[in-house]
Amino acid sequence: MNPFTLTRAESVDAAVRDFSGHDSSAYIGGGTNLLDLMKENVARPTHLVGLNKLPLTSIETTAEGGLRLGATATNADTAWHPDVQARYPLLSQAILAGASPQLRNMATNGGNLMQRTRCYYFYDLATPCNKREPGSGCSAIGGYNRIHAILGASEQCIATHPSDMCVALAALEAVVHVRGNGGERRIKFEDFHRLPGDAPEQDNTLKAGELIVALELPKKGFEKNFSYLKLRDRTSYAFALVSVAAALELDGTTIRDARLALGGVAHKPWRSPAAEDLLKGQPATEATFRKAAEASVEGAVGQGANDFKIELARRAIVRALKQAAAGGKATNVFNNSNP
Amino acid sequence: MSGTSTPKSAGQSLPPPPAAPVTLRINGQDHHLELAPWTSLLDALREYAGLTGTKKGCDHGQCGACTVLVDGKRINSCLTLAVLQEGADITTIEGLGQEGNLHPLQQAFIDHDAFQCGYCTPGQICSAQGLINEGKAHTEDEIRELMSGNICRCGAYVGILNAVKEVVDKKSIALRS
Ligand SMILES: Cc1cc2nc3c(=O)[nH]c(=O)nc-3n(C[C@H](O)[C@H](O)[C@H](O)COP(=O)(O)OP(=O)(O)OC[C@H]3O[C@@H](n4cnc5c(N)ncnc54)[C@H](O)[C@@H]3O)c2cc1C
Ligand code: SF4
Ligand code: FES
Ligand code: FES
Repeated sequence: MNPFTLTRAESVDAAVRDFSGHDSSAYIGGGTNLLDLMKENVARPTHLVGLNKLPLTSIETTAEGGLRLGATATNADTAWHPDVQARYPLLSQAILAGASPQLRNMATNGGNLMQRTRCYYFYDLATPCNKREPGSGCSAIGGYNRIHAILGASEQCIATHPSDMCVALAALEAVVHVRGNGGERRIKFEDFHRLPGDAPEQDNTLKAGELIVALELPKKGFEKNFSYLKLRDRTSYAFALVSVAAALELDGTTIRDARLALGGVAHKPWRSPAAEDLLKGQPATEATFRKAAEASVEGAVGQGANDFKIELARRAIVRALKQAAAGGKATNVFNNSNP
Repeated sequence: MSGTSTPKSAGQSLPPPPAAPVTLRINGQDHHLELAPWTSLLDALREYAGLTGTKKGCDHGQCGACTVLVDGKRINSCLTLAVLQEGADITTIEGLGQEGNLHPLQQAFIDHDAFQCGYCTPGQICSAQGLINEGKAHTEDEIRELMSGNICRCGAYVGILNAVKEVVDKKSIALRS
């Protein structure tokens, strides 16, 4: 780890100001991703702005009937919050499927969105990586790429975004509230993370120095019919190979509204409007789910070691939609990937 | 060639900030330490406060050996900075029980043969205390899931589960009566 200075900001204004007052600053929330990357010398900020004294830990109902999640509320406090459990159980389930209880107790909502890829080469300073060192090349293309993307990748980078929470936030169409020197702005969740394209060093559309202050959930929580299905190498404490956030609104057996987001398959949580359209107005049957699954992986390309993900995603989507149609409550609250 | 070499890392253009006074409240006692900002809570506990009960396994949040309680919540002390925990109430294995006055979890780990080398044990026990404080795990499956942040390379999981289950059960019986 390189040397750095650190201040603990007491207000949002002070945090944003302190960030821009130094050459190479980084915010530190729970530290569970940043410190890991700093220990590997992948991240080398020379100044840290500590966020754990900021008054951004509350979880409150909004005027529009949605829920506002403070950026420095922990992932654990968010997942176990009574309003999140009752109204957005999909989000609760996704958070609880990630990391470990200890990590979720430290990890913040803002930090979760900003966590970086787990691509092995990104972590390994001895190998080329366009995300870590733009222009150096991508070691995963033609290398070992079992955990890499099958959708939306580019010739510069095939990394995936590792978050579980973000897959649920994408399905729920959350809005990210950010504050910078120029004031506050809102970013739709689908516009927050980006595809790698020609600039894989940019994970998202946050500008330098901008601070995430809150995540806003719209009123509709799909609390009756939902499923977060996470498939991985062991049933706990492992990142997703493929995950599915499925949310349905049913009118008898007809699907009135549907959301489908995939994790572990792209540089951002992957949504397919075409797949959602194939669900809406249709009977909640396996045949319908299969069509949606096919549309979701339309254009998927394997890289060799991750070819299996295409079929895995298809099957996971069908299973998650079945679980959602059967009612989310029927599944294990901690981790519904157990059969 | 003579002389000492200092660790080099990119971005090291400025002289490192000197260690500064940091007060950590550990097991109910204030420790006045001089720490550089990059000192992890884990290193502060082991190397500066002299509390070596907390173990360093992976140093990357992947094993749980370094688990301590901060304001009653379990965290990985390797992935937080000591300076960020100034003002918090930190509890380590040394604060849970002592020789002759074992914590119920410590006794249960002995009774259930819940360790072999013992390296993961302080983290397992702090984690189990955190699990009990959270009050979310009641069944064996729930305990397994919510203890999954602690790896045991000796594979003492069966004993660990039984030990934690016993204390969780006693706690819920005590709560009901
Ligand atoms: C062993 C291990 C296993 C894990 N498993 C999973 C898993 O299965 N699923 C999963 O989803 N995640 C997993 N994680 C990742 C974990 O969820 C993230 O590390 C965590 O959410 C990051 O939050 P943090 O507050 O600790 O972020 P930090 O480490 O503090 O920060 C991460 C990044 O976010 C920036 N940042 C932090 N807060 C803000 C803010 N408010 N505004 C702007 N920028 C900000 C920081 O500058 C930094 O760049 C795992 C992590 C570890 C170590
Ligand atoms: S996939 Fe992206 S992160 Fe991984 S080596 Fe290639 S450029 Fe780097
Ligand atoms: S030493 Fe902290 S989790 Fe392994
Ligand atoms: S007892 Fe040896 S690692 Fe758990």
